[in-house]
Amino acid sequence: MKGLTFTLRAEPEERLDLSALTPDRLDGMSVAEIAKLRVGISRRPALVGDIFRITGKDVSQIAFDGGSSRFDGIGTGMSGGTLYVSGDVGAQAGRKMTGGTIVIEGSCGIHAGSGMIGGKLEIHGHAGDYLGGPLAGEMLGMEGGVLVVRGRAGHYAGDRMRRGVIAILKGCGDYAGSRMIAGSIAVKGRVGAMPGYMMKRGSLLFDRRPETLSPTFIDCGRVDIAFSGLFDRYLIEEGILDKPLLGRKPGKYGGDTAVLGKGEILFRLGR
Amino acid sequence: MQPLTRNGIVIDDTFAEAFGMRATAIIITAPTLKWARQAATTMTGYATSVIGCGCEAAIDLDLPPSKTPDGRPGCRVMLFAVSTDELQRQLRNRVGQCVLTSPGSACFAGMEGGTPLNLGSSLRYFGDGWQISKKFGGRHYWRIPVMDGEFLCEATTGMTKEAVGGGNFLLLAADAEKALLAAERAVAAIGKIPGTIMPFPGGIVRSGSKIGAKYKGMTASTNDAFAPTLRGVVKSELSPEINAVLEIVIDGETNEAVSAAMRAGLKAVIDLGPKRGALRISAGNYGGKLGKFHYHLKDLLP
Repeated sequence: MKGLTFTLRAEPEERLDLSALTPDRLDGMSVAEIAKLRVGISRRPALVGDIFRITGKDVSQIAFDGGSSRFDGIGTGMSGGTLYVSGDVGAQAGRKMTGGTIVIEGSCGIHAGSGMIGGKLEIHGHAGDYLGGPLAGEMLGMEGGVLVVRGRAGHYAGDRMRRGVIAILKGCGDYAGSRMIAGSIAVKGRVGAMPGYMMKRGSLLFDRRPETLSPTFIDCGRVDIAFSGLFDRYLIEEGILDKPLLGRKPGKYGGDTAVLGKGEILFRLGR
Repeated sequence: MQPLTRNGIVIDDTFAEAFGMRATAIIITAPTLKWARQAATTMTGYATSVIGCGCEAAIDLDLPPSKTPDGRPGCRVMLFAVSTDELQRQLRNRVGQCVLTSPGSACFAGMEGGTPLNLGSSLRYFGDGWQISKKFGGRHYWRIPVMDGEFLCEATTGMTKEAVGGGNFLLLAADAEKALLAAERAVAAIGKIPGTIMPFPGGIVRSGSKIGAKYKGMTASTNDAFAPTLRGVVKSELSPEINAVLEIVIDGETNEAVSAAMRAGLKAVIDLGPKRGALRISAGNYGGKLGKFHYHLKDLLP
């Protein structure tokens, strides 16, 4: 059976809330029913049929042919199946997803993977600020799963993260891993100012020494640990990286001692 | 009836009797194979028989860096016990005292499935609050700070209830030297079979036992029927030309693994021939009523 495909007719005139278009929520619906779902958020909201041409049937493999930075909430709460977007998306892609795989060929707006719990979100372009982070008022950011950004991520990547893995392959903005509770964030490329700001526990894994650190991070020197080899191998086996990130004997900063101070920044030495 | 022979070695028409056991496995890695093996050898010391040691344990195979989780050289260690509780207790104590303490070591699950047995989940408390939990790739690890860096340990390992303990054969030879050479050849061959261990010293037992004794409280005692010095004074199994007997005992992850190991061991002894090695091959059993698994020698010959 061919996957359900939404082909974008034209650039939408308003922001769209596409949280209804996931394998879970479309299960058992006919194409006609799907076409009548509301996705616009203005006073006269657009329907799915206004924005997209719908083909295919299999709701466990959803594809969006075309994308827009107005596509908000794509894959929200998804628990299984696959979702593919051939272009860009807006805010909160993959928010609170618990399973399945989302692949976005383009770039994402803010809060991509916000509070995600499981599954895999892969972004081939760049990601905005607050990658995996909580919305205002929420206590936890990402709680599990794997979030890969092949491009660059904005500020506050992994804010309040508690579990799971974030991998960013072309650097990120300031305050990466801010207020982190636990989990792992791997960044290849240049990292902005103050990574790990107020982190309690968790690991920030960099391919170079961070340039600007909060003074509440303490240099722990060069460490000889099996974990770096294990994690490097994991990143390579998952197809996230093709070369080891940390190497055998990375450097380490401990912190943030302004709070609990059990977090770490591990980074490749000699660069 | 003409006795069954192979390459001039007499094969008794008998069988080895083995028992169902619980087994688990772990992978120990270290900066060098020498130190991985050191940790493994230490943790499998005093683990020859469940009767006196609580478990039977030994190194299954050495693993090249490409086959270990962290890309360092390592080895797979197997532990066998009669109950899940005892297996858990032995695993925790042995890894805690012998692997955690060994320089540069790390420890991973060596088996999937079954009831998970705690590995790092119990040892993490050694970290005194500085232990780090890491979950990725569907696995859970603990990192415990120690004086040479970190002890990296997977949270749990798997267990099987399909394991077999007590596969065996007896090598009867003209003298102790020849019996030992035959036994060494068998051990070398069986060492290559994955999923099997030989828990006794160097894989070889010289004190085979019979059930019961004349003394109260002894559940097992010397196998006088195979003791050459008693030939003539007891009802002996040994003919005049036999002057030494050694036994190989095999524990395996599955019935098939034990069969394969027996087959490999018998072939090695038969290839060596009667002039340099064993004159006769037999096997130990208790009449067939106690053990679930029977390995008939005649079915396993090359």
